[in-house]
Amino acid sequence: MSANLQLTRRQVIGGLVIAIALPGCKPSHKSSGAVTTLAPNAWLRIGSDDSITFFCDRAEMGQGVYTALPMLVAEELGVGLERIKVEFAPPGDEYINNLIGGQITGGSTSIRDAWEKLRKAGATARHLLVSAAAEEWGVDARSCRVADGVILSPQLKKLKFGEVVDAAAKLPLPKDVPLKDPSKFTLVGKAQRRKDTPAKVDGSAVYGIDVKLPGMVYAALAQPPALGGSVKTFDDEKARAMPGFIATVLTSSGVAVVADTWWRARKARDELKIDWEAGPNASLNDAKIAQTLRKGAEGEGRVARHDGDAAAAIKGAARVVRAEYELPLLAHATLEPQNCTADVRADGADIYVPTQVQQIAQAAAAKAAGLDPKQVKIHTTFLGGGFGRRLEVDFIPAAVEASKAVKKPVKLIWTREDDMTHDAYRPPAFDQATGAFDDKGNLIAWNLHLTGPSITARMFPSVTEKMVDPFAVEAAANYPYDVPNVHVDFKQQEIGINVGYWRSVSHALNCYVAESFMDELAVSAKKSPYEFRKALLQKQPRFLKVLDLAFKESHFNAPLRGHYHGLAVMEGYGTYMAQVADISLAEGKVKVHRIYCVADCGMQVNPDTVVAQIESSVIFGLSALMWGEINIQNGRVQQTNFDGYKVARMTDAPRIDAYVIDSTEAPGGIGEPATALVAPAVCNAIYTGTGRRIRSLPLTRHRLS
Amino acid sequence: MTKLNVNGNAVEVDIDPETPLLWVLRDSLGLTGTKFGCGMALCGACTVHLAGEPVRSCQVPIGSVGDKPVTTIEGLSKDRSHPVQQAWIEHDVPQCGYCQSGQIMSASALLESKPRPTDADIDAAMAGNICRCGTYQRIRAAIRRAAEIKRG
Repeated sequence: MSANLQLTRRQVIGGLVIAIALPGCKPSHKSSGAVTTLAPNAWLRIGSDDSITFFCDRAEMGQGVYTALPMLVAEELGVGLERIKVEFAPPGDEYINNLIGGQITGGSTSIRDAWEKLRKAGATARHLLVSAAAEEWGVDARSCRVADGVILSPQLKKLKFGEVVDAAAKLPLPKDVPLKDPSKFTLVGKAQRRKDTPAKVDGSAVYGIDVKLPGMVYAALAQPPALGGSVKTFDDEKARAMPGFIATVLTSSGVAVVADTWWRARKARDELKIDWEAGPNASLNDAKIAQTLRKGAEGEGRVARHDGDAAAAIKGAARVVRAEYELPLLAHATLEPQNCTADVRADGADIYVPTQVQQIAQAAAAKAAGLDPKQVKIHTTFLGGGFGRRLEVDFIPAAVEASKAVKKPVKLIWTREDDMTHDAYRPPAFDQATGAFDDKGNLIAWNLHLTGPSITARMFPSVTEKMVDPFAVEAAANYPYDVPNVHVDFKQQEIGINVGYWRSVSHALNCYVAESFMDELAVSAKKSPYEFRKALLQKQPRFLKVLDLAFKESHFNAPLRGHYHGLAVMEGYGTYMAQVADISLAEGKVKVHRIYCVADCGMQVNPDTVVAQIESSVIFGLSALMWGEINIQNGRVQQTNFDGYKVARMTDAPRIDAYVIDSTEAPGGIGEPATALVAPAVCNAIYTGTGRRIRSLPLTRHRLS
Repeated sequence: MTKLNVNGNAVEVDIDPETPLLWVLRDSLGLTGTKFGCGMALCGACTVHLAGEPVRSCQVPIGSVGDKPVTTIEGLSKDRSHPVQQAWIEHDVPQCGYCQSGQIMSASALLESKPRPTDADIDAAMAGNICRCGTYQRIRAAIRRAAEIKRG
């Protein structure tokens, strides 16, 4: 962790915190050869050759920032999106995500963080360019306008951006530039083709695994088979005799074998004889983890929500309903296995890495190289999937240490087996829910007692020193239903292995529990799942809107013959969402035919990406629901590849109908929320079809998938 | 020395004949559009055409290729003009994009044998290609569109 990543309560859970930090008070001006460049802020470079470069400070992992972020800039700058060339930004404090407190791509924050910041960046540049042109013409800048990268005077004289960059660079930075009213947007909110699509259909997009440097060699890594283990001794005699062998390097993550091709490095790695120290998890297994969580659940956790007096209301209630829910460990399984290319020299290092955390990557690489972070350059590539896996930097040090040892650029690639068995897994959970009704059948109390390990306690310990882990109580602390007595608490219970942020984080755990249990309460109240929720959401207009549209579009009360419908709603990342699952059961197995997903994510930047992210999230949630489970025996992960860890394929993919509400509300996140509603919607449909309440996942545990 | 015909070019590589074609394409020939995902023919990211048939290049030792022509994503067209590529662009199929070379190679092979694929044909041809971003719905639509473009 670098020191500047200090999360504050306000940054983590507050609203949009805007702090535009423009370095210095004058735009910088650089000349390289004949082309001079205007640098009005950290994101934009405008060249005298009329080029416009945008530094994308978030990782492109499929969610579309490579297109949506330059759209925000282009809107205010007054140019077409095709005019902007996108490059990935280096680490830098000016790129800190104000919603998280570091240069981090995660938490579905990219648009929310950039919404004003990048429009301001574009507007500032436009102001400078227009002012420079107006000065040249001797007219009032306010009388000039910009059309597609050309500045026009009232007399329709024209100057290209490139023609005024030198003059613009001499002007002081404006303090406050007005932004367009959203009703005047011409680009934002209109579907644009993704800028990265062409390179992703002809094989030219460069991912971390594709990096090639002059003189580069390759490494494969032998990591401890038991999580938390270490190398006692190793014998590399056989490996040394293998073709292409260059070196073995004992790294902080295991034994790396370096060779002239990756395949040879891997073959040589398999010839290593390593005596492993099994470490603290030598006897860890699934049953022990489950037992640890159940034991941990005894007693109070830290309080996340406390309205009224739920305990007293439950005690005096006419009817009490209780249920326990369990969730498994999950792997991220990005399709691009973890990898890192390091070029370490005595005076500095270049690190090419698919990462969601440029600053943390820089700190980790610097530490491994024995260099100052300032001497380490991080080059972010395209990411072959992120899903939270690349918030971790565990794959960086070994590459750095190997490069340092062999004094050459080294590309280290994990095998799929390395990746599957050395993840920071999604935390398991053991959760206890209690609901209570009065004698008139009104729901008067809701109590949710969550137990599980805390990711945040490891990643951002300063946060959990002060407060309940905010990322553990998502979709729980914000319980939306109008119930007078609500109590939600989180009991942190570690299990011995690292857990990590996984797409939609605790929304996927807690929405499953809360929305399944709401269905249980509806059954207990003898009301339909829709009417029961609707009655308790009367003070929540945005919820009502998505709930009603999902109800209507899915013909909720009239499924096809032999089909069953289930419903779930959630607010997460500032986005309101409802999903209806349409399923059938053939020979006792669940088939998900269709998912209706309605979202109110406020104002949108690229509407087609919003839909794409809903589609993507639904499939991601479906994989976890149907088959997702990591098992541990003797501290070793039992799943090693996509045979044991099954994920959704074309044949499993339901039809997905996404409906996005036209909204003038502030933008919400869309990369994750739809992931979380699939499990409760499908499980509620299973109840309708079979009368079986599914209180643990995945469905393979119940022989339903 | 092993002789190969890749994207219409005759090449020679001096490497162990049991080396998987995937790694020769990527590391020896610099054709990194073909991706490594699982190493066990489970994910389809490494799909290329061998004499027109889709194969998982992680399971093909170069010594077994002989004179059968190999086509990779780089050789599918010079300018993204293959109907499948055009359709992929029209539908903005890729998200992270990592699996898409393999998806496109599987889809283009499908259309060679089935110019009017049914849903069942698409399921059968594409079930071996995992997309963790879940772009399946768009892939299905883009295959239909590519079939239209191809038929003219």
